[in-house]
Amino acid sequence: MNEMVITREQREARLEGMGCKRKRVEDIRFTQGKGNYVDDLKLPGMLHGDFVRSQYGHARIKRIDAAKARALPGVIAVLTADDLKPLGLHWMPTLAGDVQAVLADGKVHFQNQEIAFVVAENRYVADDAIQLVEVEYEELPVLVDPFKALDPDAPELRPDLAGKTVGAHGPRKHHNHIFEWTVGDRAATDEAFNRADVTIKEMISYQRVHPSPLETCQCVASFDKIKGELTVHGTFQAPHVIRTVASLLSKIPEHKIHVVAPDIGGGFGNKVGAYSGYICAIVATIVTGQPVKWVEDRIENLSTTSFARDYHMTTEIAATKDGKVTGLRVHVLADHGAFDACADPSKWPAGFFNIVTGSYDFPVAHLAVDGVYTNKAPGGVAYRCSFRVTEAAYCIERAMDILAHKLGLDPAELRLRNFVRRDQFPYQSALGWEYDSGDYDTAMRKAMDAVGYAELRAEQARRREAFRRGETREIMGIGVSFFTEIVGAGPSKNCDILGVAMFDSAEIRIHPTGSIIARMGSKSQGQGHETTWAQIIATELGIPADDIMIEEGNTDTAPYGLGTYGSRSTPVTGAAIAMAARKIKAKAQMIAAHLLEVSEYDLEWDIDGFRVKGNPERAKTMKEIAWAAYNSPPPGLEPGLEAVNYYDPPNMTYPFGAYICVMDIDVDTGVATTRRFYALDDCGTRINPMIIEGQVHGGLTEAFAIAMGQEIRYDELGNVIGASFMDFFLPTAVETPVWETDFTVTPSPHHPIGAKGVGESPNVGGVPCFSNAVNDAFSFLGATHIQMPHDAWRLWQAAQDLGA
Amino acid sequence: MTDQIPISITVNGRSVRRFVDPRLLLIHFLREDLGLTGAHIGCETSHCGACTVDLDGMSVKSCTMFAAQADGATITTIEGMANPDGTLSVLQESFRQMHGLQCGYCTPGMIMRASVLLRENPDPTDDEVRQGIAGNLCRCTGYQNIVKAVRHAAAVINGRPSQEAAE
Repeated sequence: MNEMVITREQREARLEGMGCKRKRVEDIRFTQGKGNYVDDLKLPGMLHGDFVRSQYGHARIKRIDAAKARALPGVIAVLTADDLKPLGLHWMPTLAGDVQAVLADGKVHFQNQEIAFVVAENRYVADDAIQLVEVEYEELPVLVDPFKALDPDAPELRPDLAGKTVGAHGPRKHHNHIFEWTVGDRAATDEAFNRADVTIKEMISYQRVHPSPLETCQCVASFDKIKGELTVHGTFQAPHVIRTVASLLSKIPEHKIHVVAPDIGGGFGNKVGAYSGYICAIVATIVTGQPVKWVEDRIENLSTTSFARDYHMTTEIAATKDGKVTGLRVHVLADHGAFDACADPSKWPAGFFNIVTGSYDFPVAHLAVDGVYTNKAPGGVAYRCSFRVTEAAYCIERAMDILAHKLGLDPAELRLRNFVRRDQFPYQSALGWEYDSGDYDTAMRKAMDAVGYAELRAEQARRREAFRRGETREIMGIGVSFFTEIVGAGPSKNCDILGVAMFDSAEIRIHPTGSIIARMGSKSQGQGHETTWAQIIATELGIPADDIMIEEGNTDTAPYGLGTYGSRSTPVTGAAIAMAARKIKAKAQMIAAHLLEVSEYDLEWDIDGFRVKGNPERAKTMKEIAWAAYNSPPPGLEPGLEAVNYYDPPNMTYPFGAYICVMDIDVDTGVATTRRFYALDDCGTRINPMIIEGQVHGGLTEAFAIAMGQEIRYDELGNVIGASFMDFFLPTAVETPVWETDFTVTPSPHHPIGAKGVGESPNVGGVPCFSNAVNDAFSFLGATHIQMPHDAWRLWQAAQDLGA
Repeated sequence: MTDQIPISITVNGRSVRRFVDPRLLLIHFLREDLGLTGAHIGCETSHCGACTVDLDGMSVKSCTMFAAQADGATITTIEGMANPDGTLSVLQESFRQMHGLQCGYCTPGMIMRASVLLRENPDPTDDEVRQGIAGNLCRCTGYQNIVKAVRHAAAVINGRPSQEAAE
């Protein structure tokens, strides 16, 4: 039988490698309801844990009486801080160098704080028992306003830190002060302001929000007393880190802890940290000898595990009268809630907020961040964000618009005048980063052309006239944002979590028949790693992606890695995959040379194998090489074909993008309608354009939600307002705008495949774009800066205040 | 303890008879008693729709209904949606082709809802799809590709070329 002759294009296409819109392998199980999420797990004898939580924002606990709860049939145990004390587990260290109460230790610091953990035969009985636990409180004065946290007479929130004048990040200047973090040249920046033709100053707030993945945080802990081994299945974005932390806290040796992150129903930063629920489930399984499941409900999720943002950014720009920026000065008041549980690399108390110079060539800048305690839930996670980059992008992008308004310049024009130019890369920013690559001018102009920017401005001018003449009650806003992200944490020289360097890893094994299993230290939560990681390997090794199995999340089998958050998977894990593949390829070349009886140097790679230079008929496919690697390796070469790589990135990557939003706002109702939203992203090399676009759609939708409605708010008594989907704004398909996506490609020069990461870009760039559209709409009525969220009520109020 | 209630339900074509606690929610009955873990719990307040199942031809949020209330009903869950030969149904395959899912958590509810929507309106516009799935939240996709998936499925079912393409 004649073998079908296939073309090079067909050989290439059947690999389904990088750059193709490969359909996702995950979807086969997800579309059939056969995903494997934590709450799907049911172990023999499994118990259920649930929390008794604080009614108050700040109170002393005078008494906890769990007798009635313990007497309820089906209740196995009720744990309080006193039960955890002998184990030293009533407090736990946070990722940010603070400590956090696992169960309230004599005092509650925020509403819904964990007080007792009830363990029962099922969810229903656990819930009954919670109602039977009596807690007697003595209310204390509540502090919810971060601007009052450092008042001399502010209530002391953390008596456990009394007398501690130095925290994890330096001196504390007040009992509610956590740290002050400064970057940049203060004197030179002050001088730039002294000389400036024009300056602006605005307090720009980014409200407290929540990542709110559709699946809440949950785990099943199971302790085998005979073997002394602990298995924890959980919603972990960073399963290896959880294993290490669990070992350090529980004193169980790390090799006897098996952490498994199965399918995860969205993370967005919510599932990076270690929460009381995990600790209590682990303690409970050790105490009872039975598996214990803990599943957060939605209110618990929104009100206790990991808020995001709550940054209050006093921002100043100095500029020349023709619109060239000469200095940036930012002071941030950072509300961290009751415990500093920010999920940042340990040396970065404000994450990478010092990317706040953005896409612009600021010669000098100075940044100071003060972190403070309030009676709110702890967290401060990177919600679809690389460690405070969203806050930084919002800050600078709003401030640039405010400057444009003051100078009477078009916001896009002001950006074009100040961009870091293409020939300046690698670019050293005034606040210490080295931007790897960029072509901002091209991206901005492409975006402006795509939307017909000049015509939109002309239309806006006509409509403003019509509004002034009273012919319409609708105003039009054009939002422009141009963001530069910093992702891919990170180089071990400056990035670690609790001392663990932030490398990531990949292990690739080629089987004798030429199929592959590969495992990584990352953990997909919807990003489609099972699909895209195989595409990288397919291109690197010439094995069809369909013959490559990707496995993540099992810490027994996967190489150690720091997990998936902060858009770090493609920049770090993606690099590890390429590097591991290249190790294999180097060995494969030796084997091919042996098989073809030529020197290695006479071979060249060609899509799916090696061929002899100048004699392409003589070739060996990777599949043939794989068989030979096991069964007839060259003399002296060890059999097998596999490799592992731990990748310590030399630098971060710096994705960027240009977004433009067109919005119409009815001033009588405050209802804003997004007429058009165009997003151009440059994430370097594109691994799977379909998945990139999906990430952009999702990130923009989260940006829309944040800018236009989300807020976790507290009243003066410390009651958390709106911690359910009744009040917390998650847009449905009806409110969500239609997204237009576009791209340019500026590869990262230091990344093995040139990729930069994209998952968080749309959230980083989207929020300021929406907010700029709103502010742009109102600017002709005299508005300078309207705080988010821009819901209809607040926009109506803004219109009223402006006399519209 | 309150007396248990006998119920008789047809689930994915199979007849099921059980005694249940009066307060047992339908979602827990499906997930924990029957092991049908495709429907998920996202909010417990009937906002998110991750628990949507088909009950006597209607989309029902099974987190806010007691199992006892389903006595006598015919229920289809996501596990009952594939073709008899085990391949993906048109709607399931459309979600895959149009990249209408990411983390997969909302997907079973979304597909169950979309299947009822297409029965009620076999050829919906974009706006009609958006209105039709407004009771189902998705945090990953921004809905755009879900809308495409539903319209693509409609085109395939109606035997005409699809206008939709995943980018």
